[in-house]
Amino acid sequence: MTETVLEVENLQVEFKTRNGIARVLNDVGFSVQRGQTLGIVGESGCGKSMTALSIMGLVPTPPGRIAGGQIRYLGEDLLAASESRMRDLRGNEVSMIFQEPMTSLNPVFTVGEQIAESVRLHEGLNKRDARDRAVEMLKAVGIPAAERRVREYPHQLSGGMRQRVMIAMALACRPSILIADEPTTALDVTVQAQIFDLLKELQESTQTAIIMITHDMGAVAEMTERVLVMYAGRVVEDGLTTEILTNPKHPYTKGLISCVPHLEAEPKPERPPLTEIPGVVPSLTELGTGCPFAPRCNEVLPKCRSDMPVTEQTGPDHRAACWALDAKGAAA
Amino acid sequence: MNEAGPVTAPSDAPLLKVKDLCVHFHLPRKNLMTPGGTVYAVDGVSFDVPRGKTFGIVGESGSGKSTTALAVMRLVNATSGSIELNGTEMLGLEGNELRKIRRQLQIIFQDPFSSLNPRVRAGQIVREPLDLMDVGDPASRDDRVSELFAKVGLRPEQQALFPHQFSGGQRQRIGVARALATQPELIVCDEPVSALDVAIQAQILNLLRELQNEFGLTYLFISHDLGVVQYVCDEIAVMYLGRVVEQADRISLFKTPLHPYTWALLSAVPSADPARIGTERIRLQGDPPSPINPPEGCRFASRCPFATDQCHASDPPLRTIRNGHRVACHLVGDDGTAPHQSHGH
Repeated sequence: MTETVLEVENLQVEFKTRNGIARVLNDVGFSVQRGQTLGIVGESGCGKSMTALSIMGLVPTPPGRIAGGQIRYLGEDLLAASESRMRDLRGNEVSMIFQEPMTSLNPVFTVGEQIAESVRLHEGLNKRDARDRAVEMLKAVGIPAAERRVREYPHQLSGGMRQRVMIAMALACRPSILIADEPTTALDVTVQAQIFDLLKELQESTQTAIIMITHDMGAVAEMTERVLVMYAGRVVEDGLTTEILTNPKHPYTKGLISCVPHLEAEPKPERPPLTEIPGVVPSLTELGTGCPFAPRCNEVLPKCRSDMPVTEQTGPDHRAACWALDAKGAAA
Repeated sequence: MNEAGPVTAPSDAPLLKVKDLCVHFHLPRKNLMTPGGTVYAVDGVSFDVPRGKTFGIVGESGSGKSTTALAVMRLVNATSGSIELNGTEMLGLEGNELRKIRRQLQIIFQDPFSSLNPRVRAGQIVREPLDLMDVGDPASRDDRVSELFAKVGLRPEQQALFPHQFSGGQRQRIGVARALATQPELIVCDEPVSALDVAIQAQILNLLRELQNEFGLTYLFISHDLGVVQYVCDEIAVMYLGRVVEQADRISLFKTPLHPYTWALLSAVPSADPARIGTERIRLQGDPPSPINPPEGCRFASRCPFATDQCHASDPPLRTIRNGHRVACHLVGDDGTAPHQSHGH
């Protein structure tokens, strides 16, 4: 039942910049089970999207370079795979949907042609069968009058419809892994709720593993079973979503959860100031040897500034990388 | 009426009174025979903003919330209606009189990247409104700029930097300082945190609240983020397709939403609050209809799960149910029973 479809181990990605080498991903590791949804959260620049691009084999090289580690899809090492093998996998076994549906669809082709393209390429269907598959996919993602819509161009569709088309395109070849990079950020909440329901339904019927990149803890709570919290290219905390939301261990995770006002069913009359995470994400070329979060951390210890914290097991399915945990553990 | 000059209103009177505001945009005709359509962006909106409070407008894209804000700023022309600031009618003001009243109202924009001139130094950006509106003598303006920088948490030497040298959160601080410069009474905040990284949003929201407490500012706060609105606003209007469909104070709006749209909107928000998980959900079908030539009757009827023939036929007026809780829905009982309650949900 729980078949591991993707394993990432010690992934290192570097970018050459004018100011030196930027370590964009550092020792990133996780695995995804069939039919499961993994969330990746963090601020912009923390490496969420770069993790996705590495899996897709789309890291721009140069200036980027995968400096080490392994990405295994059903046991196959993707980093060693040839470009033509990657082209077979992309869109077929591993698909991605992007944040902005307007800019990621081609404006001069009908949506039907765009969905049909990947099935013709990967499954060798003829034009007519590919068109039928496109209609079928549009129906599956809940687009009314699919036979008519299939002949329309992206500009004729609303934002929610375009994102549905993106999902139809990504799922047309029944991939084992779907990477959704902020799939609903550009959408209204009522439409976002529809897209979330759709993803869950489709996942149920196809057992696709979903990696959802987001910055919204609400979306994490709603959609994911497991979550990975990233900061400055490192995984600082990971584990079961319910565990992490109710009992976060890393100060960064705690900050991310409490720094945005969450909608409450019964608002209280008093409104205490929100918890702030002071400062900004550090520049990746100027990281020292210590914990990258130390300059912004409210639980910082002298050791944090000099030594990189080690990832420790903090629960049955919960890990965090923070020296303050040790200090607390020793005190208790 | 304008010659009379500003009338000093009693301090318990609302600072801003918007009445029957309409902003319609005419579309070009497609050919000679058919008339062009009209976008009813804001169509008969009325509300009062009490002094020293934060009045929120929420809604999805196309609801008219930003157009309402821009009309209050006199940055788009209202088609009809009335906007009174401190007892002075603002629609129809021109030239010097308009400039004078604009001192009392300022705006903070959504995108701190496009709302600051990249070729002007931060200090000058904050100073500009003082120069334009001729506030104080030129020498005292430097001190005022330094004071403003300190107030919003920027260092004095940062006045010499250009916008690209600041992070997103710092740029929004410059935007806040610029809005504060002329000591306005009303600040329109148009999605002030939605372009910022999650971790930075709290910094700006806390800053806005501190400044409100210190200077007794009144905010007109536009947002699509219900969590932010719930935290920041004292009184909230929910807009849908150019109309206010519900308005109440923050406690009663979130605790007892009456309009089916408000209820749907609230239940669509994914939440990490354990108390909300597993609560009754409603899913709206489809997208909001276009504000070009909207349907007769209630504008929400086409997506409303409870809509009746009456809803499709006649437009429900905004009526008061209980202390200040107003709703525009035929199906809400006079005793305040909402349709989603009476339908066994």
